[in-house]
Formats: sequence, C-alpha cells, structure tokens
Amino acid sequence: MHPARARRLKLVVIMLIGVFIAGGFAFLAFKENLMLYFTPSEVAAGKAPTGQRFNIGGMVVDGSVIKSSQSVDVQFDVTDYDKTIRIKFADILPDLFREGQAIIAKGKLNTEGVFIADEVLAKHDETYMPKEVADSLKHKNKPGYDKTKPSPSPSPSPSP
Amino acid sequence: MIVEFGQFALILALILALIQAVLPLIGTLINLPNLILVARPAAQAQFLALVISFACLVYAFVIHDFSVAYVANNSNTNLPLLYRVSAVWGAHEGSLLLWALVLSLWTFAVTIFSRQVPPLMLARVVSIMGWISIGFLLFLIITSNPFARLFPVPAQGHDLNPLLQDFGLAIHPPMLYMGYVGLSVAFAFAIAAMWANRLDSAWARWSRPWTNIAWIFLTLGIALGSWWAYYELGWGGWWFWDPVENASFMPWLVATALIHSLAVTDKRSSFKAWTALLAIFAFSLSLLGTFLVRSGVLTSVHAFASDPERGVFILLFLLLVVGGSLTLFAMRAPLIKSHSQFSLLSRETALLLNNIFLVVLAIGILAGTLFPIFTVALNLGKYSVGFPFFNFIFVLLGTPLALLLGFGQLLRWKKDRARQHITKLIPLAISILLAVASVLMMSYFSFYALLGMSLAWWMLIMTITSFMQRFKNQPFSFSSLRKIPPSYYGTHIAHIGVVVFCVGITLTSNYSSKKDVLLKPGESYQMDGYRYKFNGAKQITGPNYRGYEGDVVITKNNTVIANMKPQKRIYFSQQNPMTEAAIDAGFTRDLFVALGEERGQAGAWTLRLYYKPFIRWIWLGAIIMSLGGLVASFDKRYRQKNKRTQTAAEKDRPDGELA
Amino acid sequence: MLRYLIPLAVFIILVIFLAIGLKNDPRYVPSPLIGKPAPDFSLPRLFTPSTTFGPKSLRGKVWILNAWTSDCVGCRQEHPYLLALSKNKLINLIGLDYRDSNTLAIALLKEHGNPYQVVVTDQDGSVGIDYGVYAVPETFIIDKKGIIRFKYIGPLFPDEINKTILPLIKKLNEEVG
Repeated sequence: MHPARARRLKLVVIMLIGVFIAGGFAFLAFKENLMLYFTPSEVAAGKAPTGQRFNIGGMVVDGSVIKSSQSVDVQFDVTDYDKTIRIKFADILPDLFREGQAIIAKGKLNTEGVFIADEVLAKHDETYMPKEVADSLKHKNKPGYDKTKPSPSPSPSPSP
Repeated sequence: MIVEFGQFALILALILALIQAVLPLIGTLINLPNLILVARPAAQAQFLALVISFACLVYAFVIHDFSVAYVANNSNTNLPLLYRVSAVWGAHEGSLLLWALVLSLWTFAVTIFSRQVPPLMLARVVSIMGWISIGFLLFLIITSNPFARLFPVPAQGHDLNPLLQDFGLAIHPPMLYMGYVGLSVAFAFAIAAMWANRLDSAWARWSRPWTNIAWIFLTLGIALGSWWAYYELGWGGWWFWDPVENASFMPWLVATALIHSLAVTDKRSSFKAWTALLAIFAFSLSLLGTFLVRSGVLTSVHAFASDPERGVFILLFLLLVVGGSLTLFAMRAPLIKSHSQFSLLSRETALLLNNIFLVVLAIGILAGTLFPIFTVALNLGKYSVGFPFFNFIFVLLGTPLALLLGFGQLLRWKKDRARQHITKLIPLAISILLAVASVLMMSYFSFYALLGMSLAWWMLIMTITSFMQRFKNQPFSFSSLRKIPPSYYGTHIAHIGVVVFCVGITLTSNYSSKKDVLLKPGESYQMDGYRYKFNGAKQITGPNYRGYEGDVVITKNNTVIANMKPQKRIYFSQQNPMTEAAIDAGFTRDLFVALGEERGQAGAWTLRLYYKPFIRWIWLGAIIMSLGGLVASFDKRYRQKNKRTQTAAEKDRPDGELA
Repeated sequence: MLRYLIPLAVFIILVIFLAIGLKNDPRYVPSPLIGKPAPDFSLPRLFTPSTTFGPKSLRGKVWILNAWTSDCVGCRQEHPYLLALSKNKLINLIGLDYRDSNTLAIALLKEHGNPYQVVVTDQDGSVGIDYGVYAVPETFIIDKKGIIRFKYIGPLFPDEINKTILPLIKKLNEEVG
C-alpha cells in the first residue's frame, strides 16, 4: 500500500474508534437521562416507576395549592380530569404557575404515591399548554374532539 | 396610510428579490453580462425597500397604531419608547421581518465589500441570497403578515410580554439574527463555488471574513441570550439546554468548525468538499432552528406562539434549500481532487479532529433535542432528554477539543515530527499542578473542577507558547509585534477567550450554591460566608406595573457587601407576576437574590439565594472570542485580489482546481 | 461516489420525522368536557347586572357560548364575523365576558355592535375555569340536552364558521331534544 494512503487509513481508523467510543458513552448517558412522560391516570394505575425520575403533566387543580408558612414547601394536585396526583415541591414555583393552568413536573414518586418534584415548568406564554399535556387530555377523550369533524354523538356519559 | 406603504414596500421587496434571484441566474446560464450586472443594484434596492417596510412597522409601534393587529398584540400605550421599538421583533411576524431585513443587509454588504470577487461569481452569490430572500418574503406575506389590519380597533393594546421588556432582550434577537443569517453568506459562496465548479482556495478566502463576522454576531447573540436568561428569567441559570437555546448553539458549533476548516482550505487547498458541506450544515442548522422555534413541534420554555401551518411552510422551504444544496453537493463533490497531502501528525490532522469533535457535539445535541420527536413519531412513548445528557456530551467532547486546541496550535502544516513534541508533556504536567493549586484554593475538591482547570491552564500556556513562537528568530519588540498579521492575533485572542470561558463554566458549575429559604423580616441566612438579612418587602408602583420590592442586606464578616432590592412585578396588562432578581455582580463572584412570594401573615417571603463564582467569565470569554474574530477579519489577505495570494500548494497550477 | 449522498439521505430522514412531528398539531387542544353536560352557572348580565342568567333557560335549544374580553385581540378579530353569524335566526349566541371590566366591555359592544343575545360577566373567572377556558376567545357549542359538543380555541374566521359551526348547528337542531 502507498505509504500516504496507509497513513490516511490509520487516521480514519483512529477517528472512527474515537467517534464510536464517544457515541457509546453518549448512548449510556442518553439511557440514564431519558425521562418518560406519564399522565396522572397512568401514575394512579401504577404504570410509573418508583425511585426513578420521570415527568408528570396535567392541570393544577383549583384550590389545591397549599403553601407552608414555616418553610418554602408547597403542595398541589394535578389532574387529567380523570385521576389526580399530589405533588410536593420544596423550591420556589415559577412565576407563571397558577391554579387551573397546565404544568409539567419532574421528579420521583415516593412510596405513598406522592410525587416529589425537583422541577416544575410552566410557560412564558399565557396561552400555552405543554404539548404532552394537551395530547394526554386528547387521549382521555377518545370519541371527542377532532379538528374538522365535530363529535358525531356524545360519549357514553350520564344523560342529564 | 403609512402601514399600507409598509405593506407595499414589502411586496416591492419580494419583486426585487425575484429580479435579484432570476435575472443573474439567467445571465450566468446564457452568458449575458447585462443580466449579471443586475444583481448588485437589485440587491441594493431590495435592501432599501425592506428598510422602508421595517421603518413603517416601527412607526406604527411608536404612534400606537392599534389598527394593526400585530401592534395591538404586542404593544400598549404604557410601554416605554425603547420597548415599543424592540417590540417590533418581540413576536413572530415582526421578528420574521427583521430576519428578512437582516438577510438583505448582508446581501447589501456583500455587494459593497466584495469588490475583489469577480462579477460573475458575485452575481451567483447574490442570486442565491435572492432565492433565500424570496422564500422568507413569501413566508412573511402569505402566512405572517405583520401589517394585517384589525377591526374594530382596540383602544388599548395587549402589551409586550413583560419578559421581553428588557434591554438585553431588546438587542439579543437582532444580534442572533445577524449571526444566523450571516451564515447564509458562507452558504451562498459555497453553493456559488459548487455551481461554478470552482471549489478552490480563492472561494475559501472570500468566505472567511464573512464567516468570521457572522460567527462574531452569533457568539455575542448567544452570550446575550444566556446573560438575559440569567438575570431576567429570574432563576439564576445561565444555560438550560432548552430546544431554543440548542437551536442557536448547534449552528455556532458548526460555524466554529467552518472557520477552522476554511483556514485549511484557504492556506492548504485541502478539505474542500468538507468545508463546503460545513457551510451548508451551518446555514441549514440556522433554518432548522427557525423551524423548531416557530412550528411548535417541540415543547420549549420560550418558543414563539406556534402555528403548524407556518411549520409546513418552513419545512418545505428547508427541504428545498437544504435538499437542493445537498443534491448539488453530491453531484459536485466527487469531482473535487485534493492535491495536498498531509501526514498523521500535522496541523491539518489537528484541525480535522477539531472539526470532527465540534460536528459530533452538534450532532449529539441535535439528537438530544429531536429525540422526543423521534420517539413520538415511532410510537415509542413520550420522552424528554434531561440536561445531564447534554452536560455529559459537552464535557466528553469538550475535553479532547481543549487538549487539541492547546497542542494543535504548535503543529506545523503538512508534516511534523513527533519527537519534537514529547517536550509538550512538561507544560501538560505544569498545567495539572497549577490546576491542583487552583482547586485547593476553592472550598472543596471536585474532580470536574480539576479537569476543567487543567484544561484551562493547558490552553493558556500553549496559546502563549504558540504566540511567542513568532519571536524565535526575531527580538520581542514593538516593531516586530506590528509586523504580525491580524489573523495571527485574532486566533490567539479567540483562544484566550476559550480559556476564560472554560474557567467560567468550570468554577460556576462546580462551586455555585443555591438555597430557597423562607425568611421573616429581620431574619437572616448564612451561605458560603455571606449573611443575607431580610428586612421585609414593601409595595412599589412602576410605569406599567405594580409590585413588591424586598430589602436584603448582605454582609461578610460584619462588613456590608451589598444592599439588594429584588422585585416582584405584576404588569397591568398581564395576569402573571414577574421576578426581577437583584444581582451584586463581581469579577470573581455574583450574589443573586430573587423574591418568591409572601407566606402567612407575618410579612415572611420566600427568597432564592445564589452564590455564583466566576459566572461573569462565561460571558467575558464569549466577548474575548468575538474580539478575536473581529481582529482576524481585518487581515489584509482577505481584501487582496486573488491572483497574488495563491497558496503554495496551488502555485504550479494556473487555475488551481479540478484536474 | 455514494458516500457523497449520505448527507442528503440523512437529511431526508430528518425531514420525514419533522413532518410527522408537525402532524401532532399542538394548537387544537381538546376539551375534556366534550360529550359531558355543560357546567351550570348563574351569572349577572352585563347590561343589567341586577338580573342573572344561566344555561337552564336554554334547555331544548342549541346554543353557542363565546368566551371573550374587551382587551383581547383575537376577540376583536372574530367580532365582525360573530355579528354576521348573529343575524342567523338559528343561532343563540351567549357571551361570557371573562375576567373583564364591565365598563370597557359595554363600551366595546356599544361602539361596534353586540352579536350576543345575552352577555354574562364572569368577574372572578370561576365559570371560565369550569369550562376549561385557558385563553380567550374560546367557543363552545351546546346541544338541546345541554351537552357540550364542540369547542374551538382562537378567533373564529368565516372558514371555520362555514365549514364547521353552521353545519354542526344545523345537525344538532335536527336532533330530538
């Protein structure tokens, strides 16, 4: 083999190994840092893992926010209009956090089924609903809303 | 009337963009010099039309013309003048108009400052930029008209998002857009060169100053955004790996790679296909960023109010621009022959590795950002990728990059001898010792701090060594300093910027303290040697808001360091409160206090306290980097006619390229 | 030569994913209330605050609830179309003035016309929350049995009114109450 070509081949091989090692590490980091999203119903049904971080999203239940007057702690409930999960948070809530608003919380579930959040996200925009929350509300209501076709018949709900 | 005039100027700009794009294209195809000469005046006229259009929108904001829906949505009679002007680019429509204006400004600049470029080549570049402009102007006019009228006319506007009522954010978007859009010049030069089958070192030399300047704006724009997030979002973070931030960081990484790769193509006539590909990537990532921010495919804390229709338009545009240029690349790249060879140990190899690490980092960030879209599309569930992933790959790939930065500067072009460089182990050892000493001065030991500081010392020592190499054969004197070309200064200044940046992130990330506390008036909290005493909060009223202002006195060893006045504002036009943090800025540390909310009856408030060592160095580093870029752009080589400055590798071939 | 096509291939795959991402339209947020009975309320009327109004009196009719405020741009955009819509005899359009100043709201309707049969004022926003209003304007269609059948977020433009609202009202009117 031509010496120059051999050198180039060596270079390519070294680079490929480097990229593969980097890719491998990155993949490991990826796996550890992937956070699944769950709705309150899924959490209530026991689908969410305990002891592992995940996201939960829903609407903050009106009147559920309780703020401690002794510490920074707060607790509130989020709902997908089906099941409700209690969230505890020991930091300052974002400015845009409000009752009746959609939020996403990141954290872990404790053994009592309370979600211990380490981060709570609300959005800058007042007219915002996190996409995940919007989607999960959509799934809650299968026969319901469709952009072009209004619901053909009411879903089986108690007749007034 | 003025508003209709602005609308008219916008449509005129579209017509001029069509002329600018189509006529020179036909001219180059059928070789009609008259049509080629149209490029320059058409581009200049288009710029003028967009300036007028933009001025009309500014005017509508200044006089509170709420008959314009966009003004009514984003302004208010209580809004101060400065923010009425910056409100022009505070939301989707206006910021897109700014984008179009900036694009035509760059094109205008190209027509003025590229006298050394042959007219035919210039016509191609201007035509390509015209095509991009057509895309954006159509997008603007069809889906996002900023001049759309509103009836009935409201008496009061909805007000600008209070987060955007801030000086830093008033200038952040124009800076960032100058950077994003500036990459279109390098892109247009690359496409023009491929189109003409002239991917040579002259092309690289023409592109270099433009890429530098775009990169400077991008660097400053990102730094400003980070600074703004730090003090205005109120919660003390300076980088969140949010999709919108990533959208600006990815093109920066690729543009940085491009700057280095252009140097090789310019000086050694090597890496030609790769450089062209990087130019395409850099601009494509800017466009992708636009798509991500405005289409609503990703959940981001600060995306624009999203609209899928707009998303479809940008995606089609992206497909056309990027798909088209990559197809052209696939057709032309196989024809390129590289003439110069280099050995495994050479500056070329070091720069190639630099490029690979930067691009792999950009791809990693892209993968992390788009991962939620992939999993949803493949029906694998809803995931989000946490910031630890991004931090991890940043450190993983940043470490070899920093090592390379130190070492690569001292390598010769083409071929170097390994034996000569064994001595570099000495500065490496010195760096580690200095880093150990630095870390021991901090409050506790941290492995990552040691790593970061070692890399910083290493880069510093090697950059100085590299700079001093100039004086091997001549005395260190004022006159010899003056003989050094600006690009040599620029490189080393920028690398010092990287050192400062590296120190900043290392120390801030490893030694910051944060605590959320509940304090009654008179109570205090001790953290990192500083005592924060809360003296209660009182009501305040501003021009378009009311709120509370806290009073916190910080002392250290009983000496008063600062009296902080963090605020909580409620703007009249909005329902949500806004946090205005108080920051005591310093060269080696920032103290940060933000007001949370009132709890109970005793006047107690929740407060967030931060101690952030060396955080200013992050932005200072970015400023030094861009200063380096600026100095390098002044190099005379870029302004000379190409004949006299052929590279050594090309000298024996008359036209250089394409055997 | 094929290796030069790799960037293009990767890019095309990326675009496909982005296009799928776009299809998951984030703007159309469904109301969990669709198919459920419309929450009851009894709120003061805007023009005669001493009297109240509630959905009970609309039982057996198809009606539209439009949540709006005087300072909302989207509401102004849809205003002329609502006026046109209100000319239609089949339409019972009820306005929910959501967290607004009564004076400003009255001034707006006096100046530009009132499309609503009745406007009620929801000062504290509690009814809005019952209906899951999170950004005005929002529009609900309620059938003869008092069940919410449709919700629309954002200003109503002629396109949406002609393609969706009017056909739905017609259909609901044919249903047995």
